[in-house]
Order: sequence, then C-alpha cells, then structure tokens
Amino acid sequence: MEPYIPIFLMLVISTALAIILLKLQQSLGPKNPNKEKLSTYESGMEPIRSAHERFSIKYYMVAVLFILFDIEVIFFYPWAVNFKMLGLFGFVEMLVFIGILFIGYFYVLHKGALKWD
Amino acid sequence: MIPTFQDYLNVAPIIIVSATALLEIVFQIIFKGFKKYVNIFSILGLLISIYFAIINFDKVSMSFSNMVFSGKYASFFEILFCIIGILTILQSSTIQKYYSINKIEYNVLILISIVGMMVMSAGADLISIFIGLEIMSICFYVLAGFARNQIIANEASLKYFLLGAFATGFLLYGIALIYGTVGTTNIIKIAQHYPIALSLDLHLLGLILLLIGLAFKVALVPFHMWQPDVYEGAITNVSGLMASGGKTAAFASFLLIFSIPLAAGNNNLIEIVSVLAALSMIVGNIFGLVQQNIKRMLAYSSIAHTGYILVGIIATNNFGNHGALFYLVVYSITSVGAFGVASILENEFGKNLNINDYSGLSQKNKFLAFAMSVFMFSLIGIPPFAGFVGKYYLFAAAIQRDLTWLVILGVLTSIVSLYYYLRLIVYMYFRDPENQNNIIVTNDFKIAISFSTIVVILFGIYPSSLFSVIRYIFNIY
Amino acid sequence: MVNYINYTSLILIFPLIGFLINGVFGSKLKSEKLIGSISVLGVSIPFFISSLILIQMLSSNIDERLYIVNLFSWIDVGSLKINVSYLIDELSIIMTLIVTGVGALIHIYAIGYMHGDKSFWRFFAYLNLFIFAMLNLVLADNFLLMFLGWEGVGLCSYLLIGFWYDRNFDKSTTADAAKKAFIVNRIGDFGFLIALFLIFTNFGSLEFVDVITQASVLQSGDELLTAITLLLFLGATGKSAQIPLFVWLPDAMAGPTPVSALIHAATMVTAGVYLLARTSAIFILAPFTMNVVAIIGITTAIFAGTIGLVQNDIKKVLAYSTISQLGYMFLACGVGAFSAAIFHLMTHAFFKALLFLAAGSVIHALHHEQDIYKMGGLKKYLPITFFTFLIAALAISGIPPLSGFFSKDEILYKAFSFGSFWYWFFGFIGAGLTTLYMMRLVYLTFYGNENFDDSIKPHESPKVMTIPLIVLAILSAIGGLIGIPHALGGTNYFEEFLEPVFKTSNSQLPFVFENITTEYLLMALSVAISICAIWYARNLFLQNLKKSELIKNKFSSAHNILVNKYFVDEFYEKIFINPIKKLSDSFLWKWFDIKIIDGLINNSAKFIQYLSSVLVKVQTGVTENYVQIFVLGVTLILLKIIL
Repeated sequence: MEPYIPIFLMLVISTALAIILLKLQQSLGPKNPNKEKLSTYESGMEPIRSAHERFSIKYYMVAVLFILFDIEVIFFYPWAVNFKMLGLFGFVEMLVFIGILFIGYFYVLHKGALKWD
Repeated sequence: MIPTFQDYLNVAPIIIVSATALLEIVFQIIFKGFKKYVNIFSILGLLISIYFAIINFDKVSMSFSNMVFSGKYASFFEILFCIIGILTILQSSTIQKYYSINKIEYNVLILISIVGMMVMSAGADLISIFIGLEIMSICFYVLAGFARNQIIANEASLKYFLLGAFATGFLLYGIALIYGTVGTTNIIKIAQHYPIALSLDLHLLGLILLLIGLAFKVALVPFHMWQPDVYEGAITNVSGLMASGGKTAAFASFLLIFSIPLAAGNNNLIEIVSVLAALSMIVGNIFGLVQQNIKRMLAYSSIAHTGYILVGIIATNNFGNHGALFYLVVYSITSVGAFGVASILENEFGKNLNINDYSGLSQKNKFLAFAMSVFMFSLIGIPPFAGFVGKYYLFAAAIQRDLTWLVILGVLTSIVSLYYYLRLIVYMYFRDPENQNNIIVTNDFKIAISFSTIVVILFGIYPSSLFSVIRYIFNIY
Repeated sequence: MVNYINYTSLILIFPLIGFLINGVFGSKLKSEKLIGSISVLGVSIPFFISSLILIQMLSSNIDERLYIVNLFSWIDVGSLKINVSYLIDELSIIMTLIVTGVGALIHIYAIGYMHGDKSFWRFFAYLNLFIFAMLNLVLADNFLLMFLGWEGVGLCSYLLIGFWYDRNFDKSTTADAAKKAFIVNRIGDFGFLIALFLIFTNFGSLEFVDVITQASVLQSGDELLTAITLLLFLGATGKSAQIPLFVWLPDAMAGPTPVSALIHAATMVTAGVYLLARTSAIFILAPFTMNVVAIIGITTAIFAGTIGLVQNDIKKVLAYSTISQLGYMFLACGVGAFSAAIFHLMTHAFFKALLFLAAGSVIHALHHEQDIYKMGGLKKYLPITFFTFLIAALAISGIPPLSGFFSKDEILYKAFSFGSFWYWFFGFIGAGLTTLYMMRLVYLTFYGNENFDDSIKPHESPKVMTIPLIVLAILSAIGGLIGIPHALGGTNYFEEFLEPVFKTSNSQLPFVFENITTEYLLMALSVAISICAIWYARNLFLQNLKKSELIKNKFSSAHNILVNKYFVDEFYEKIFINPIKKLSDSFLWKWFDIKIIDGLINNSAKFIQYLSSVLVKVQTGVTENYVQIFVLGVTLILLKIIL
C-alpha cells in the first residue's frame, strides 16, 4: 500500500488543481459579453441558420464506404514493401483479398448505396 | 513464414462458411431467384463445414504462425456452431412473413457471425480471439437491429453496440497489458510464463480486464445489463443464436485463456470469478422470477446459466471442464430450441410473447408444448433430461475443488428458478387457451425442434455418448 | 462358425421392439392377430436365439461357457462404473430359456384368452415389456442392471394385475390388488437396495464377478456378508412371496389368467430364487442367513399349503400352491442345493404355468366363474383341458416319472442330507398337502356333479389356447428326465450342466456319502404319501362330500383360521397400516406438512417474489445506467485487486 501513497496524493492534487484553476479563471476573469463576441464565428461568416440539421443519409454512406475502402488500401503498403519476399504466394493472397473487397464493392453498387439521386 | 496448404486445410471449416457467405452475396447480385434457395445453400455450406471439421477432428495442430488451433477442441466447437447455425436457419424459415427483411442478408450475417464464433473457439492467440470476437459481435450488432422498422429493435442494436464497444476497450487494454508483461500474445507461450507471471500485478490486471471484456460477452453480472433488452429487441431467432452460439463461443475462448491461470491457483482471480458466478446465478434467477415476457425470461435464465457454467470452469478439474463443455452443448441446443418455439408463436414482431399467450398451448399444438416442456425441464435440471447431467457434473466439480458455497448457492437458485420455468409449463398444460391464434409450424421448423428435443432427451438418458467425445478432445494444449 | 453370443443384444431388443410397436401404435392396429403375432415374435425370436446359444454352449468347453457381453457404458461417475452388459452362463441361459419359452407359449395362449378385450394391444404391450424387464433381470451382469429389471418386472406386474382396473376383485378392486402387490414389493426392494449400497461401499463394484471374487476371500460367517445376504433375501421374499411378504400374491390373481401364469407362477416370482442362486457364492459364506432361508422356505411351504387346502377360488388355490412351491425352492437354496432349486424352478414353471392356463381355460369356458364349488363334471366338456390339468396336478404331486417327482425329490433328499431330518420331515408333510389340495381341485372341477349354471354350455377352448396347454403338458411330463438322480441309474445332466456356476458354493457344502438305501427309502416314502393323499382326496371330495363337510364343521375354528389365511392380512392392517395411517394423517400431513413445510416454502417464495419485484427496477432500460453499473463492477473488481 505504501508505494501507492504518492500516486494517491498526486491524483488528489491534480484533481484539486484542475478544479481550482477552472473556478479561479471563472471568478477572476473579467466578463464583458457583447453580440459579436457571442456569435459562433467571431470573425468569420455570419451563420445563416441552425447547425442542428438533418443531413441526407447519402453523406454517411459515402463517408463510411470511403473509410472502409481507404483502410483496406492501407493493407497494400506492407504487401508492396515485402512483395519480393512474399513472391507468388503473396500475390495470390492479395488477389483473394482484392476479390473479397470487390465482392463488397459490387454489392454496394448493386444495392445502390452510391447512387446520388 | 509462408502458410502451407495444410494450414488452409486445417481451417477449412472456417473458410468454407466464409466462402458460403461471400457466394451468397455474389449470387444475390447475379441470380434473381436466389432468395428461394438461400436457406438450403447456407445449410449446405454448414454441412460441408461439419464434414471438414470431422476430417480434422483427430489431429491437433496450429496453423498460420501459431494463430489458430485445429482439431479436437476447435473441431468440436466448429461442429457445434454449424449445428446451431443450421437450427437457427431452419427455424428462421418463416421469418420474412413477420418482418420485412432481406432474407439473404440475414443468412449472410448469421454465417459470418458463425465464422467469428469458430475463430474464437479455435484461437491460439489473443489477437485471433479478438478478431473472431469482433467478427461475431459486429454481425450481432447488425442482427440485433435487423427488424429495423421497430423502435425496440433499433434501441437494442444501439445499446448493444455502445456497451459492446465499451467492453471491447477493456478487452483490448487487457490484451495490451498481457503483451506488455510477458512479451507475447500467444496463449501457449503465455502459459509458459505461469505461475511467475501471475505474481506481476500488471499481468493480473491485464487478465482481469480481459475477463471483464469476455464477461460482457457471456453476460456475467454486473456486465449483463444489455442482455435482456437486446434479446427482447432482436428477432427471436437471433436471440436464440446469441444465447447459444455467442455465449458458447465466448466461453470457448474463456476456457482457452483462463483455464491455465485459474488452475494455477491465483486466489484473487479465483475469488473474483467465483463472485461473478455467484452474482450471475442470484441475479439471473431472481430477476427471472417476475418476467412476463418469454424472451426476457429466457434472457435472465441465460444469465443464470452463465453462472452455472462458470462454476464448472472455476473448478478447473476434469469434472468441471468436461461438465462445462457438456453443459455448453446442452444449453446451446436447449436455448436455440426454446427461442425457436417462442419465435413460432410470435406471429407479429413482439406479439404473443407474454406468458399468458402460452396458456393452453398443449391443446393448440401438442408438439410445441411438449418440446417447450422438455426444454424447460432441462433448464431446471430435472432428470432424465440433459440439463440434469450437466448440472450434476458442474456442481460435483465445484465440490471437488472445495467450492461448496457456490454449489449450495447454485442449488438454491435452481430451486428459485423452478418457479418461472414450471410456471410456463403450468400455463401450457393446465390453462385454457386465451386466444385463438393459429400456429403454423413448417416442416423445417419441425425438423429443427425435433432435433433439439431428441438431443436434450438423448444426452439426458445416455450422457456417456457425449462425454466420451468430450473426454477425447479435452486436451487443449 | 457363427458365434451366437454376438446376438445377445437381439434377445433384449426384440421384446422391446414388440413393446414399442404395440405400445405406440397398438391402439391404431385394428387386427388382434397382428398385435398378437408381433408380440409372440418379440418373445419367440429371443427364445430361438438363446436356444442357439445353449447349443453352442453345450458344444464348447466347460471352462469357456461364461461370456460377458458389454453393450455400452451406462453410468460412469467417479468410482461408480456401471455398464449395460449381460452375463451369459449356464444359469442365465436356462433362465432365459424358461422366460422366453414359457413366455412364448403363454403369449400364444393369451391371444385366445384375451380375444375381444377392449385393450387387447395394451395387454400385449405390457407382456412384452415384462419379458424385456425379466430378461434384463436374469441376464444382467451387475446388481444395478438386475435391480432395474427387478423394478421393471414389478412395474409390469402392477400394471397387469390392475389391467382390468374397472373390475371388482374380492371385496375391493383390482386396482387395490395391484397397489398391494406394488407396495408389499417395495418393502422387499428396500432391502435389496440397501444391500446394493452395502455391496458398493464395501466392495467398490456392483458386478457379480467382481463382488463374488472379493467376497469369497472373506471368512465364512462374516458379519458384513450376513447383513448383505439377509437384505438380499428380504428382497427375494418380497418378489418371491415368502413369509412375511407373501400377502400380495393371492391378490395378484386379480389379473388376467395368462398374467398369473406368466408372472405370478412361472417367471417373475422365481426372481428371488434366481437372485439367491446368482449370488450363491456369497450366501454360502453366511451360514446364519442360509438357516434363515431354509426355515422361512419350509415354513412358507407348509403355511401356504394349509391355506391352499380350504380356498374355493381355483386361482387362489394355485396361488397358494405357488407360494408353497417357492418355499421348497428356498428350502433347497437354504441347504445349499442351488441347482436343485433351479431344477425345481424350471419344472415348476412348466407345470404351474400349465395349471394356470388350464384353469384359465376352465374359467374361460364357464364365463369367468372361479369358484370350484360351482364347477364339477367338466371332464367330458373339456377333455384336453382336463387331461393337461391332470398331468400337471400329478406332476406337482410328485408322481414318477413326471417332472415334479424328480425335482421335488431332489430337494427333499438334499434337505435330508445337507440339512436336517426336520427339514425333510416338513417337506415331506408339505408334499402330502400339495397332493391333497391339487387333487381336491381336480375332483371338484372335473369330476362329480355339474354345479354350474344350466345356462352355461361349457366348450373346449380354441386351438390357440389348447396347443400351448399340450406343449406344456409334454414338458411337464418329460421335463424331469434331464435330471434323473444317480440312485435310479440315470445321470443328472441338469446338475452337471449347472455345476460350474455353483462350483464355489458346492465346495463349501459338507461332504455327504451317497447312501443309496436312504435315498430309495425317502423316494418311496414321498411317492407313498402322494398316493395316499390322492386316495384320501378322492375319498373326501368325490365319493364322500358329506364327510368333508363333517370335518370342516368338526374343526370349524381351525377351518376358519385357514379360510382367513391365518389372519395375516388383518394382522398387518392392525399393527402396521393403521398406526402409520394415523400418524400420517394427524401429525405428518395436517401439522408437519401443511404448517411447517408448506408454510416455510410459501413464505420464502413470497419473500423472493417480493425481492425480485423490487430489485428488477435496477433494469431501467437507460443505457447510461447500464454503463454506470458496468463501471461500478469494474471499480469494485479493481479495488479488490489493489486492496
């Protein structure tokens, strides 16, 4: 138990410090709000309407699919680096990998997930 | 290390199920009328997979740079999962009628989740176990919300996903700590560091976090909260799959990872696991008492059974390991069957699941009432049904290991559970029907339920048939 | 050459298949012939197979006649390993042949007897189930499997006694008779079960071969062995209707006559004798038990014989005769002459089954009349029945050269040479009694005036019933010839054949010089008493019915005691049944059960239900709460490790 006492103390101090600092700047800092200051982008564009808006599901679909295929592509890098060592076997393996990806791609296509209208 | 052809042959059951799923995706695009044949196609794939698992049964080996086991233990579970898959698909034959779902996608997801289970039970490395677990879980997240026009299903799916992701974090952190302390993620190599590694605090912490991650998957109290909601919200057959396959797979990896550290006799670990088991038995059975919804009741029953199985695993003697495997098989088949019966009575999503709807079932359909009674008796653990033999072994194991308090608790909670299981039987046999729903039992369904019923009775009367197999496979390492 | 031992499992499977077919589909099978033939095949095929095994056995070496056929492992828990495996040796094959052979004949007979019964299929399903259980009993290679068969035959006996559950019997119903049989047997089974526990805890095995090997090392008179054998014998008295548990057998006559013949005369009731013979090597080491067995046996023989003298129901007379003959078999066991007991068991199976079947034929002809004083003069109406009945009656009376003579004589001789003069003397008296009551039956039933109702026109039974009678009559007549004693210049093939089974027990017997003169004398005496008894019976029950009335009146109090079966039933009622009933009613039920047990259970159930309804509120359905509980769990676990 003894070696943990410093850790415990540190936990207490850091928590306390965080709270104290937050409270301090709240109470010590001057507060002069005006309209410009409270706007979303103080020196940017004027917001037109609320940002809480529904986006079309299509954005998500494209975004998710992009991430999916993007990450799959990362697997090509280690393969490419070791291409010579892996030889034919690695090539075939990669073909299988791409094949599976392809099935997924065609499925997405077939389901119309990439259709925009 | 370039894999050899033998490596592929060793994992043939897994490859075949994956290939079946992929082919179904392709066929969905290519053939218009594939929908009609998708069930038979999936079952065919699973049967071929069973065939390869049987071929591999006798020789234990490790493939792909010691990432996966094959043979004996792995084959045993592969066969079990394929059977569970076949039963689930057979029982889902009428599912479209009630939910407007894409049947092919449903099949594909079930198959891939079975791939995940297989990888989990065959994993020789924490990483492969983790991958298997994720393959399975992601399919389950989707399957839980598959009746997507139902709010309750969406809720279930989201809850399961959020909590599952949360638990996965613990699991990964645990793996990381274990890797950090012993420098490997391979189960056998980790085992070589025991019992010295167990005295390292960080290693123990890693194990505990891993334990928490798996405890979430098998729904041990207090990590069980998702289960009733998810089972209720998911399509009934999917709940059956989760309760049987999902739970069994998690237990299969649990045994792979934890049987050595538990046997090494680290008191902390044993005490924690015992308390979890005890809590699960208590909470599962006591909460089960007041449930009116059959799916929720089965969910709590499932939590309680997790506790019973864990009792056997904690014992880590032959009795316990054999008993746990036996019970896993029996429990899987029983719960698939019980959820199956529930699904056939549910003629619209979420309807007819109340216990009152089972009134007078014996008058409406003798077969279903009989099958359900067999399942309930087996869950209670009344001889001559298989549940009794399983429980007997689990409790005997715990007594051998001086865990008598767990056994007393187990028996007491079993008595409590009597009430809600028997209540269902009382409703089915001693009440008059309250509504006149006509129950349509397809042939596929009859085959599946008869199979489960026969298995439960057969293993109850003649348990040595299964035990001889279990005894044969049981040398994990 | 084909090894017929490999087909042992078929012996057991066929009756089971017969039972399953008739039991499951019986109600849908319209044809009685079909049901009957399935059932008969279920018994006769095993008979055929076991005959082949017997032939094979006879042609093989004496040392190689013991086979153990292991089918599968049944229970395997810790040190308790029980296989479903069967022991084929000289003893079990003889029992199998008796069970299936006599069984098959009775099955055939029953097709005629049960013709037109509304539950025809149920009857045959039960019969086949009985055969299955009985075969398990005699073929089992361990005590537990034997016990399974033992309970199985008890169950079938119960089901078949109460087969006509809607009929009255005596002052109560057949259902009561069935219950009585079941409950009385339970007392015996209790002894058997305790014996099994003792055997297992002390020898660590339940296999006959193991147990006997281990037991034979022990000293003669060992207390453990005495306890085990006494308990086993208690089991035997239940099943084989010996004092003090014989009261159920007369009531068991409520069942259909083929059942009485098969279960309550030829096979099931001899299970006790078989049990003793099977474990003879243990019994022989417990001299005290042996004496008890012999005394109980001879007492029962005399006791039941006297009751049999005054009963008026034809089947009851036969029932008491069965009890009495079983007493002889136990006497033989008690003096160590196990092969004589089995020999008598076999001949008894022939002639007692025949007596019952012939009696059934009479009852059938007289439309279910069983009172012998309402019969008479049936000789000319039922010639085949009469003739076969007569052969059986003479056989049981021990008239040479019919089978009963050889077997009973062997018992009496062994009782004299191994036991004491008194065993022989009472056995001798009993033989006289046997002849007397059997001939009383013959004269009152078949001779004299026709006392039955004029409206009844007795007619001989159909062929399906008479052929089994004839076959059994032949067996009763010549069945004894396989065991002709040396004194008469023959060879006792039967004893020689069984010799290996009883080698251990025989070696423990005192050596006795074979004294031919004594043997001749004893034989002559028993034949003489039988002939005297026949003459006396003829005098009393045919020529001089008045005189029998006179005797009855003269000894009216003794007669009264006999008619009321020594008041044993009443005695049991007063001493055991009523007090237990009272205790159960006022204390156990109304106070202990309702107040204590029900109260405890109901209240704790209520409490848990309440607890559950409160606790279940934790399951809010809000994911945040779930995560909170999850984190709480994690925190507690981590705290546990750190502290």
